[in-house]
Amino acid sequence: MNAKKPLAPRDNGAPDYKNYLHPAMERNYGRWKYHRGIRPGVFVHVSDSGESLYTVRAGSPRMLSAPLLRRVCDIADKFCQGRLRFTSRNNIEFQVEKEEDIQPLIDEIGRVLRFPVGGTGRSFHNIIHTQGWLHCNLPGTDAAGVVKSLMDLFYEEFTHENFPQRVKVSTSCCTINCGGQTDIAVNLQHHHPPAIDHVTINRCELPKVISICPVLAIRPDRTGGRDTVEVVEEKCMYCGACHAQCPALEIRDGDTDTLSIWVGGKSASTRGGPSFMRLATWGLPNNPPRWPEVGDAVRRILKAYQAGANEYERVGEWIGRIGWKNFFAETGFEFTKYHIDSYRWARTTFNTSAHVRL
Amino acid sequence: MPDNELKLPLLDQLEEGPWPSFVKDLKEQAARRPQVGQLLEQLEQSYENRWDYWRGTAINVPGYGGGIIARYSDLGEKFPQVAQFHTIRVIESPGFVYSADALRQLCDISEEYGAGIMQLHGMTGDILLLGYDNEKMMDACEALMDNGWDLGGSGNGMRTIPCCIGPARCEMACYDTLMLTKYLTDKYIGYLHRPEFPYKFKFKLSGCGNDCANSVSRSDMPVIGTWRDDIQVDQEAVTRFVKEMGQEWVIGNVTSRCPTRCIHLNGDQIEIDNRNCVRCMHCINVMHLALAPGKDRGATLLIGGKRTVRSGDMVASVLVPFQKLDSDGAYRAFSGIVERIWDFWGEHGNEHERVGEFIDRVGLGTFLDGVGLEPDPQMVANPRSNPFIKFEEYAAPRLDGEPHKAANVLNREPDREEDYEGEQP
Repeated sequence: MNAKKPLAPRDNGAPDYKNYLHPAMERNYGRWKYHRGIRPGVFVHVSDSGESLYTVRAGSPRMLSAPLLRRVCDIADKFCQGRLRFTSRNNIEFQVEKEEDIQPLIDEIGRVLRFPVGGTGRSFHNIIHTQGWLHCNLPGTDAAGVVKSLMDLFYEEFTHENFPQRVKVSTSCCTINCGGQTDIAVNLQHHHPPAIDHVTINRCELPKVISICPVLAIRPDRTGGRDTVEVVEEKCMYCGACHAQCPALEIRDGDTDTLSIWVGGKSASTRGGPSFMRLATWGLPNNPPRWPEVGDAVRRILKAYQAGANEYERVGEWIGRIGWKNFFAETGFEFTKYHIDSYRWARTTFNTSAHVRL
Repeated sequence: MPDNELKLPLLDQLEEGPWPSFVKDLKEQAARRPQVGQLLEQLEQSYENRWDYWRGTAINVPGYGGGIIARYSDLGEKFPQVAQFHTIRVIESPGFVYSADALRQLCDISEEYGAGIMQLHGMTGDILLLGYDNEKMMDACEALMDNGWDLGGSGNGMRTIPCCIGPARCEMACYDTLMLTKYLTDKYIGYLHRPEFPYKFKFKLSGCGNDCANSVSRSDMPVIGTWRDDIQVDQEAVTRFVKEMGQEWVIGNVTSRCPTRCIHLNGDQIEIDNRNCVRCMHCINVMHLALAPGKDRGATLLIGGKRTVRSGDMVASVLVPFQKLDSDGAYRAFSGIVERIWDFWGEHGNEHERVGEFIDRVGLGTFLDGVGLEPDPQMVANPRSNPFIKFEEYAAPRLDGEPHKAANVLNREPDREEDYEGEQP
């Protein structure tokens, strides 16, 4: 066989971004004065030097084959002096210095990549998501397929800016919930304690398995002459922390896992500050390949939000103003006892006043 | 290659619709790389049975303790091409900026050694290169490292650091997010490659309170840009804005949305009570031609954000209200805080305990003592409402320690005289 160089840690660190900045970014680094939207998906930054840099934002499916990425690179070479950037929501941003280059660039993106331009300002932004069945070891559902289905449904909302404020969405495939706090989230729920494989559990470190349970539901046990664990079913809340630690504790169930929709999360400190997502509706079937029930539920929320929210109100701020009673009335979702928190900070979520909407 | 024989009745339905289809792209790639066809076939089976067929494990490149997301297929006999189908996490360029040539190099490496598919970017901020078997994975890593790239983080160490676009293309940036990302990544690359913490530790860097890196809910230590002098106001631009939008609109959408009501419209002029401004960014976002962050800029350091497992979602809370980040000395001061946190949490944190969960367990007061920071009212929404406090000033004498000096506290008698050495003659 070929003599190979021995592998050794190189500890190169992060790439030097200075080599990758668009020339206009390099010239105006730290000197930008303001920006404004030109049309959905297109905005301009103006520097105190007077220079302008136009950005065209294209939605990507995140997963890219090398040939597709090469076509992206060719566009960057043709229009953007060989530079491009990505956003944290999987969009690709192409930048040009001349306003007259915008339309030809958009045309090329549409013709060569078939990527839509949008996802800025008051639109339905590109969805951040996880791996799902495509490449994760823990998921109860898919990510890319749910995202594709939702983005197809809300394509017009991505390419237009018709909402009172930006709408950010995330999906997750297990209760680890890799996404951030977003306006709307699609998350998976398990409905049983983990099923334990008492044979393969010997590959796991049992003390770690026991200590990872947040509600102390896992206890050491001996079954059939083997060291294993048992799960106190009444205590278990089906979070799946043990499953991530040890695959022999199988939390998923293809027949019974369902999806739920959460609303009102926000990371920005703007106005009232960051907020958590709250349960809107639960028990939606995990229904590949198009998850139509999820799309229906998201549409219901968006319709009520669009009709009822004031300018600049994110979903959570709109609900904060109209109250949860009206949120459930406007969306038609049923409020159930499962909407009432029962975990650590439950009391902080109760209405401890006489403020009621009648 | 037999890709035209791929039978994917469920996935085929994801080729339709206006949004770019990952299935269509992967199918085209399957014609060039048969493993991508088998990847789709396995995914089709997942769609059919609502079941996942990947098993995760740890494989490491020599000298590294993370960066490879190893995946073995449970259907390896049926789909041998994806029996080993690992992902390589590669540290992204700060701000997600690239040259076309740099990305083409990633294409070359991914096509030479792997399935030629990648994701830009993963939730961690990493570039994800998919589809390597055990051996090719090593070769691909070698090629990546030879070309200046490096592996990203995984496991119980410092993770890859993502940041917003910062001063490279944003007027709101209050510190250089890209430079600090590179500084932290490079300085602590050992902690990233050779995990030694109780659990993962994530930084995310945002240049202002708009928090484009979603740091506050997704990272253990969000660094969020801010300023400590006055908001810069261009009153002529304010006048133009008020004239254009109308007084009523400005009151409804700017001043009345201020969380502390510290901004007022006086005719066509803006007045700001800067002492009560909490740097939320709303007025600046709306009136960005007229208002700008102040000139004395830095960042607020927060601690303890994370997502759901195990203790539920946690948003980070303020640790250092204002930290300058504009000089080597400021960077060193920031690093000092980081290292003291790692020391204290590393020493006392439990297995799989994120730093936010650790603070919940030991108390923020204890944590501040441990990392050598003074308490500050900006760290809390409210002081405590319960009276169950262990004042150190009034502490009962410890059996092996100094007797207390305060009055009005019941003296606790030692259980046995001979155990009590404190005041023996």
